[in-house]
Amino acid sequence: MISKSWQQRLLTLPPLGYLLVLFAIPTLIMLFASFRYTGEYGGLAPWYAYKDGGLTLELTLENWQRLFETDIYLRLFVKSIGYAVFTTLLCILLGYPLALMIARSPRKHRDLLLLLVILPFWSNFLVRIYAWMILLSPNGAVTQLINSIRDVFGLAPVSLMYSASAVIICLVYVHLPFMVLPLYANLEKHSSALLDAAQDLGANRWRRFWNITWPLSLPGVYAGSILVFIPVLGMFAIPDLLGGTDGVMIANVIKQQFVESRDWPFGSVLSMVLTAAAVLVVLLGAKFGRQGGR
Amino acid sequence: MNNKNRLLIFTALAVYGFLYLPLLIVVVYSFNDSKLNAEWVGFSLKWYDKLFHNNEILSAAGNSLIIAGISALVATVLGTLAGMAMYQYRLKVLPGLVLAPIAMPDILMGVSLLLFFIMLNMSLGLISIILAHITFCIGFVALSVQARMSGIDRSLTEAARDLGANPWQCFRMITLPLLAPGILAGALMAFTLSIDDFVVTFFVAGVGSSTLPLQIYSMVKIAVTPEVNAISTLLMLLTLILITLVARLSPGALRS
Repeated sequence: MISKSWQQRLLTLPPLGYLLVLFAIPTLIMLFASFRYTGEYGGLAPWYAYKDGGLTLELTLENWQRLFETDIYLRLFVKSIGYAVFTTLLCILLGYPLALMIARSPRKHRDLLLLLVILPFWSNFLVRIYAWMILLSPNGAVTQLINSIRDVFGLAPVSLMYSASAVIICLVYVHLPFMVLPLYANLEKHSSALLDAAQDLGANRWRRFWNITWPLSLPGVYAGSILVFIPVLGMFAIPDLLGGTDGVMIANVIKQQFVESRDWPFGSVLSMVLTAAAVLVVLLGAKFGRQGGR
Repeated sequence: MNNKNRLLIFTALAVYGFLYLPLLIVVVYSFNDSKLNAEWVGFSLKWYDKLFHNNEILSAAGNSLIIAGISALVATVLGTLAGMAMYQYRLKVLPGLVLAPIAMPDILMGVSLLLFFIMLNMSLGLISIILAHITFCIGFVALSVQARMSGIDRSLTEAARDLGANPWQCFRMITLPLLAPGILAGALMAFTLSIDDFVVTFFVAGVGSSTLPLQIYSMVKIAVTPEVNAISTLLMLLTLILITLVARLSPGALRS
């Protein structure tokens, strides 16, 4: 008979081994690469060399110093965090009514309504960006609509494509389902008895919402915010296709370092800062989530 | 009913509109007899016809299917093991490693795997893409299987053991059949994730191993053409079928 620990090893070791080799080790390699020199033709230079008959390490802190030499990168990080915060707030604003409506609709309709939120999220990411390239192009429906409204007020037409607003609109569009799902999962569990009791005691709709529904839903809001904030912070495709020079985010510079400039050590530095930011957000979210859950 | 509810329903419908109208426009213009995505000229299937005569797109589609098939298969095996282990034992490292690739921005996995493959002197191509896709698919399968495990009545496996089944028989004849919908849902999700992935693939694909999303990216970078609408529509149709299947098999799986 197979002993218990053997069974455990059989189940645990294959996925553990795979993820250690293809996730944990590559992350450590990236950390290491941030201390290496750039190769002659880009990429990475060897990290050791034989000099004067001895082995010397070819490692440096230069890449990390470069981060602070100008304020370009720090400002870009702050700007990307600003985009992520703004996108998260807009997702709460749009996602909350939707999640609440689904949670309060008859039980038999809920699964279908929820599936309707999930479906666009599973359609191809580039297709969703492409849809906004059509809508925001000079002849696109959204641009035409906004400019005809501006015309009524005697304002000059604007171009929406290749701007920060185009990036934010598309970021919200792509990440909205991430907000709705955890919000719904939370709102669905609320007991209507609480709201009924509050109503009997004379609380109006807004008081019932702000004093009961909203505080109880905070864990869902935190969970949704993490799910939106982190991918937005590391987004490069949307600013790449819709942002022009105005809408550049930190991940665009990471992509540029790895693909165009082939400065892999500095790209690794920026990636490590992004990793640290994402880990910090997860930890903060877990902490707030626990407090809000009480 | 009352005003608050009307306002709520109106806002919710507007948000549904926001989610679906852009995709609808992509689909509608794929049947438009015009080069511009601006006004409706007439119904035509010419963009689909052009698509099926475009060798680059066809070979990219072939690559995408091969990659998604193999990645989903391997990720399903590894993810099922992980999901079962995470449900049965109190583990510390594995759940973190399973969830971390889902939680981190995609670009980080893309660039770190690029560094990893180059360090191993591996040439970038189908194999590096498949290895990368397995990495981010494992977590989704594991979560789907874990969710299904928690719905299985433990007394069934205990009864089987009492009646003399060995662990393998017990797994094969009791656990596996009960687990099957969760495994299949996870496999379909992995297939969908793989066929749709752009960011990670962008970094680990070499020259000459394009996938459909990479192909769409390079087409869109140059110019917006209705041919892109046509591939997008087909890709959406495929995803729609797969995800509806997942939703049927395991309603909870998509929510995690």
